[in-house]
Amino acid sequence: MAEKILMKGNEAIAYAAINCGCDGYFGYPITPQSEVMETLMQEKPWETTGMVVLQAESETSSINMVYGGASCGKKVMTSSSSPGISLMCEGLSYLAGCELPCLVVNVMRGGPGLGTIQPSQSDYFQATKGGGHGDYRTIVLAPASVQDMYDFVDLSFELAFKYRNPVMILGDGIVGQMMEKVELSPAKPRRTDEEVRTLCDSWATLGKPASRPGNIVTSLALDADIMERHNIHLQNKYATIESEEVRYETYKTEDAEYLIVAFGCMSRISENVVELAREDGIKLGVLRPITLYPYPEKALDALVPRMKSIMSVELNSGQMVEDVRRIAAGRVPVHFYGRQGGVIPSPEEIYEAFVKTIKK
Amino acid sequence: MKEEIIIAGFGGQGVLSMGKILAYGGIMQDQEVTWMPSYGPEMRGGTCNVSVILSDNKISSPILSRFDTAIILNQQSLDKFESRVKPGGVLIYDPNGITRHPERKDIKVCRIAAADEAAKLGNAKAYNMIVLGAYLKVKPIVTMANVLEGLRKSLPERHHGLIPMNEQAISIGMKAVEIL
Amino acid sequence: MEINDIIKPENKVYGKTPVLKDAVMHYCPGCSHGTVHKIIAEVIEEMGIQDKTIGISPVGCSVFAYNYLDIDWQQAAHGRAPALATATKRLMPDKYVFTYQGDGDLASIGTAEILHACNRGENIVVIFINNAIYGMTGGQMAPTTLIGQVTATTPYGRDVKLNGYPLKITELLAQLDGTCYVTRQSVQTPGAVRKAKRAIRKAFENSMMDKGTSFIEVVSTCNSGWKVSPVEANKWMEENMFPEYPLGDLKDR
Repeated sequence: MAEKILMKGNEAIAYAAINCGCDGYFGYPITPQSEVMETLMQEKPWETTGMVVLQAESETSSINMVYGGASCGKKVMTSSSSPGISLMCEGLSYLAGCELPCLVVNVMRGGPGLGTIQPSQSDYFQATKGGGHGDYRTIVLAPASVQDMYDFVDLSFELAFKYRNPVMILGDGIVGQMMEKVELSPAKPRRTDEEVRTLCDSWATLGKPASRPGNIVTSLALDADIMERHNIHLQNKYATIESEEVRYETYKTEDAEYLIVAFGCMSRISENVVELAREDGIKLGVLRPITLYPYPEKALDALVPRMKSIMSVELNSGQMVEDVRRIAAGRVPVHFYGRQGGVIPSPEEIYEAFVKTIKK
Repeated sequence: MKEEIIIAGFGGQGVLSMGKILAYGGIMQDQEVTWMPSYGPEMRGGTCNVSVILSDNKISSPILSRFDTAIILNQQSLDKFESRVKPGGVLIYDPNGITRHPERKDIKVCRIAAADEAAKLGNAKAYNMIVLGAYLKVKPIVTMANVLEGLRKSLPERHHGLIPMNEQAISIGMKAVEIL
Repeated sequence: MEINDIIKPENKVYGKTPVLKDAVMHYCPGCSHGTVHKIIAEVIEEMGIQDKTIGISPVGCSVFAYNYLDIDWQQAAHGRAPALATATKRLMPDKYVFTYQGDGDLASIGTAEILHACNRGENIVVIFINNAIYGMTGGQMAPTTLIGQVTATTPYGRDVKLNGYPLKITELLAQLDGTCYVTRQSVQTPGAVRKAKRAIRKAFENSMMDKGTSFIEVVSTCNSGWKVSPVEANKWMEENMFPEYPLGDLKDR
């Protein structure tokens, strides 16, 4: 059996990066995710796997280092928390426009502005609907446990290279700061220069051999027709992602008459709400989207007709609920319960709010 | 088995590391664990707490409002968490600096004079292990062998020389705890 | 004698380096960019490093540098080329990595990136084109615009009270321990072109010697932005730019 180690979610990101053959990490300190870079610096992977770890002068620079590294066909990543991710959104737009693979980890804290360092899920819109300028999408994975934080790093790189697209792990201060046991996966070596050449020579800046024209990594096309073609190409790719890469979990939805939709840590807290409800004879279940983009549209759509009502539970003022309402399309009432600014509701508080909605 | 614990006190008392050693002890006996700290700028001196869950089954919410056991190391934490111990649960506290003592009658209240014991031992750093010993005496959910294994896992190797001292402190806590 | 009698290999006195593509440059006649592109291409050819060179182009007129030099290119966001170059060189240390940036890109929006890349001593080459104006967006004030110089956003001349002073970023970067070679060149005469080319070659060589960052400012003309003829632009540059931005090595270690 693989060794099980107690670690924080942020540490799990760092260990997973080294373990899955990540080539480079570029970051800037911000609470509550600073342990990611601290752990990498402690572990000195440049002496073992050869992974580059660099503290940049800003989040702006971090994401542009990721842009440069990704242009070389390397497995590169950064991590930050909400205000830092806002600064990175320009770079994310370029990465998406250039179709570059990379991983960005957002350990969300409460906003807006400098906000708080306490946990939040208030960057749902930013992560799933854009963030930067232009018509682009980022694949978004929402971890609910430290094991998820660990496993999603390798998964993110797989998806990032499969679709040549940025992938975001959208965690929060809870999964970042919490410790749980993690089962380590077998180590993957970093790709060799030859492997990178085989995989990425059609687009990456690896040095131009005489056998091919120079590769140009750019998102610029002044000709509107060319730019429209590029956009249509991107949208076709996103359509493939939407049909192939949806991930979700359900908890006791088989006989459920009521549904909570919640992602990340809130889905786990909601499982306790289900137990409280079932003690009172109320058949409640949970749908947990694992991919926030692509959203589990069909899974939710299929559950809607069986429900008397649905409640979206989030650490924000009501963001994902807009998607839930869109998919429910008026067939059943959709309620919302959320706390903001870093306040985390207990299962009892959520249950109380839920009971109010069904007594209405 | 499922045990939901809050450990609360001042930053610098070893609250977080006590929770971590307990959680590692749980892993050593193949349980599911979560360790969820309050986090913030209170590196030293401010209030600080960690909730630890040990369970034979998958753990859902890492966020709790009520606890099986509260381990309380200052007045602010006692005021905040006494009411949140489940009926029939356990409250262990260090009376050092406490002016309003626990009042509930529906829970088991235990006292560990860990600050005094640490002073007697001449080692302030043993404080949190004395408290841990008291807890393990009242609720022996993790064996001593697994706690020591947890210590070995959570301490960097260069500090492994400190393990016997920690073991001694745990034993002192086990002996010194008073059930009221 | 017919023209076809003249075009023979034995009569050839000059050939365009193959590192320069056949594309027609979009630069205005008289612009310095074309000359600087050519000498970079020649250095790449002469060093035999076409397959080992990665260029990072900026935002500004030279955003399209990638259309002219036949190498692999990354096109950076405005000001961020040194960040891309940092990662590229660290992940592929056997490659020659250079950024090509104008004064707005490098000395205004990208000051943090260039300063910190130089301060870390990244083993990259930075080519900095200083023509004291924003060319692509239509002739607005740059950080290096001279006092009194008329631009689209300083229609009455650059006023120190309003706009501050011309930014001597090259002098500033020469102070940093991370830079190994900092020089200011120009390309308005054949002699200047030869000197600038030698500087570029030295910078590329430095980047494989783990010495730190090599930084080459090329004081340049923008006759369109300055609204003068190419010949007048060269004269204006010599008379007005050179006193403010004197040519020569600031640092060579």
